[in-house]
Amino acid sequence: MTTIKRVGLAVACASALVAGASTAVQINGAGATFPYPIYSKWFAEYNKLHSDVAINYQSIGSGGGVQQITKQTVFFGASDMPMTAEQLQSAPGKIMHFPTVLGAVVPVYNIPNVNTELKFSGPMLADIFLGKITKWNDGAIAKLNPGVSLPGTDITVVHRADGSGTTYIWVDYLSKTSEEFKKRVGVNSSVNWPTGVGGRGNEQVAALVKQTPGALGYVELIYALQNKISYGPVQNMSGELVKASVESVTVAAAAAAKQMPPDFRVSITNAPGKGVYPISSFTWLLLYENPKDKAQSHVMVDFLKWALGDGQKYCAELGYAPLPPDVVKLELAALANVKTS
Amino acid sequence: MTERSRDLTFRIGTGAVALVVVLIVFAIGVELTRQSLPSIQKFGFSFWRTEIWDPVAGEFGALPFIWGTLYSSVLALLISTPIALGIAVFISELCPAVLRQPLVFLTELLAAIPSIVYGLWGIFVLVPAVRAIETSMPDSLRQLPLFTGPPLGLGMLSAALILSVMVIPFTSSVSREVLRSVPIAQREGAYALGATRFEAIRAALYYARTGIIGAIMLGFGRALGETMAVTMVIGNNPRISTSLFAPQYTMAAVIANEFTEAADQLYLAALVETGLVLFVITLMVNSLSRLLIWSMTRSLAPLQEAAAAPAGGAAA
Repeated sequence: MTTIKRVGLAVACASALVAGASTAVQINGAGATFPYPIYSKWFAEYNKLHSDVAINYQSIGSGGGVQQITKQTVFFGASDMPMTAEQLQSAPGKIMHFPTVLGAVVPVYNIPNVNTELKFSGPMLADIFLGKITKWNDGAIAKLNPGVSLPGTDITVVHRADGSGTTYIWVDYLSKTSEEFKKRVGVNSSVNWPTGVGGRGNEQVAALVKQTPGALGYVELIYALQNKISYGPVQNMSGELVKASVESVTVAAAAAAKQMPPDFRVSITNAPGKGVYPISSFTWLLLYENPKDKAQSHVMVDFLKWALGDGQKYCAELGYAPLPPDVVKLELAALANVKTS
Repeated sequence: MTERSRDLTFRIGTGAVALVVVLIVFAIGVELTRQSLPSIQKFGFSFWRTEIWDPVAGEFGALPFIWGTLYSSVLALLISTPIALGIAVFISELCPAVLRQPLVFLTELLAAIPSIVYGLWGIFVLVPAVRAIETSMPDSLRQLPLFTGPPLGLGMLSAALILSVMVIPFTSSVSREVLRSVPIAQREGAYALGATRFEAIRAALYYARTGIIGAIMLGFGRALGETMAVTMVIGNNPRISTSLFAPQYTMAAVIANEFTEAADQLYLAALVETGLVLFVITLMVNSLSRLLIWSMTRSLAPLQEAAAAPAGGAAA
C-alpha cells in the first residue's frame, strides 16, 4: 500500500516538475479506504493524460474524509456512507455526493468437512450476529440448506473491530432485514456487537475466518476472492439466492437507479429486483457545489467525467463493480451544477 | 566568559530543556481534556464506571477497556517478570563470558522488533497455538472461571503472552544493569561468610530490589500503552470477563481502531477521553512505583549501610 502511495507521489512530483510550476494544478483529497486502490489507479492514469494535474488522495477513513471536507482542509472528500443531514448542515456550503464505483460485502465462513456451498438470508445472518443462532445445525440454517450435513459446533462470529464502511454496509443490510437487529444494534461504521470477536481490517477478518473452524465473518468481495475463502449466495428481496459478483452488484445499482434521489444519497442494500445481490453499496466522492478555487474545480469536474466514463474500465481488475449507465447519466447532469468559473 | 557564568548558562540551558518535558506532559493533559469536554460534560464520572460502548446510540463508558488494559498488563507482568529476572541473573552472574554479549544482543533485539510484526506473528503462530492448547484442555479445568468460554485462541491469554514477550527485554535489560551495579563487596562479603552461590545471588537481588521494581514498572508502563500487537490478538470485544479465553479490549486498541471513522463529535470526544483515562492511569502507575521505590529506599537506608559491610543482614 505504502509503496503504491510512494510511487504515486513520485509520479505526481515528477510530472509536476515536468509540467512546470506555472500550469500545474494540485488537488488534495482524503477519505474512505475502500475505494483507495481504484482512486490511486485513476489519479495515476488521469495524470498520464494530463501531466499538469496532480491529485493527491489520503485514505484516512470515511469519517476523516467527511470531517476534512467539512473543515475545507481538502478539496474533495470520499466516504463509504452518505453524509447525514446533520453533517451536511454543519458544512459551510452545499456538499454534493457523486457515486464513483460499487462494492459488495459477502458472508465468509469456514466449516471443516462441509464442501457444499452454504446459502444465507438476511434474517438468518442477523440472528447469528445477534447471538441468537449459535450452532451451525440450527433449524434456520438447515431450512435454507437442505441436504447439507451441518455440524453441531459453535458459530464463531467475526466482525470488524475498526470503524469501517464495510461494517456500515453489512449492518445496514441486516437492519433492513431484521427489526430486532435494527433496534438492538443499528447502523453505523462501528457498532456495539452483541457477540463475536473483532478483527482489524478486511485482511484480519479474512485471516481469522480462514484459521478458525466454525467461523462466520464478512469482508469486501475482493478479499474473499483473493484469500480463496468460501462465501455463499444471499437471498434477495425477490427470494432468489444470488452470489456476489461484479455483475450482480451492478444489477443492484441499476435497480436502484430508477428511484435515485437527486442528491445520490441512497442505500442500495436489499434492493428490489431480479438478479440483485442484496449487500451492495455505492462509494461516494464529496465535492462542494461552489468551491472557492475554480481552477481546481474545473479540473475536478473534468476528472470525474473521465472517471465515470473511461475510468470505469479499471473496475473489474480491481474487484469493484462499475456504475450502471443510467446512474452515470444522472451524475453527469448533476456534475454540470458544480461551479467551475 | 568566566567559568562561573559558563556554569550558569549551562545550568539555565539544561534546566530549560528539562522544563520542556514538564510542559509537554502538561500540554498533553490540557489538550486531551479540552478535546474530550463534550464527553466529560455528558457522562461525567460515569464514563469510568459504565460498561456500554455503543456508537450508534451515543452511549459511552470506558470500564471494559480499563479492565482489559489493566488485566492484560498485570498478566503480562506475572508471566514476564520471572523470565526476565532469570535472564538478568543468568547474564550478570552465571553466564560464561563468551555467551554474555550474544545473549545481551538477542534479548535487546526483542525490543527492536516493531509491534506490528509481533501482531502478525501473533495472528499466524501464537493464536493457533493458543487455540490448540485451549481445545485440548480437560473439561474439568474448563469449569474454572479462568477458562470459561469457547476456545477461540483469540483473547486475553494470547494478548498477555504477546505482551510479556514484548516486555521481557525492558525488564531484563534494566534488571541486569541494576544487578551489575551491586558492589563487589556485597558478593565477596557473602562468600566470605560461607554463602553458596545461590545465597550470594539472593543477597544481590535483595540489595538491588528497588532498581528491579523500577524495571518491572517500566515493563508495566510499556504493556499499558501497547496497541497494535494487542489489538491483533485480543479479540476486540468490550465485555468484562475474568476468563483468559474471552475476547476483550484495551484502551489503546479501541482508540486505534475507531478513531479514523468517528465522525460524530460526541463519539470522537469519548475516544479522546479514553486516551485521557489511559494517560491518567499511566501517570498514576508511574507515580505509585516512584512512591514505592522512594519509601523502600528511605525506610531501609540504615539497613543497607549495615549490609554494605558483611552481607549477613541482607541475606537473612
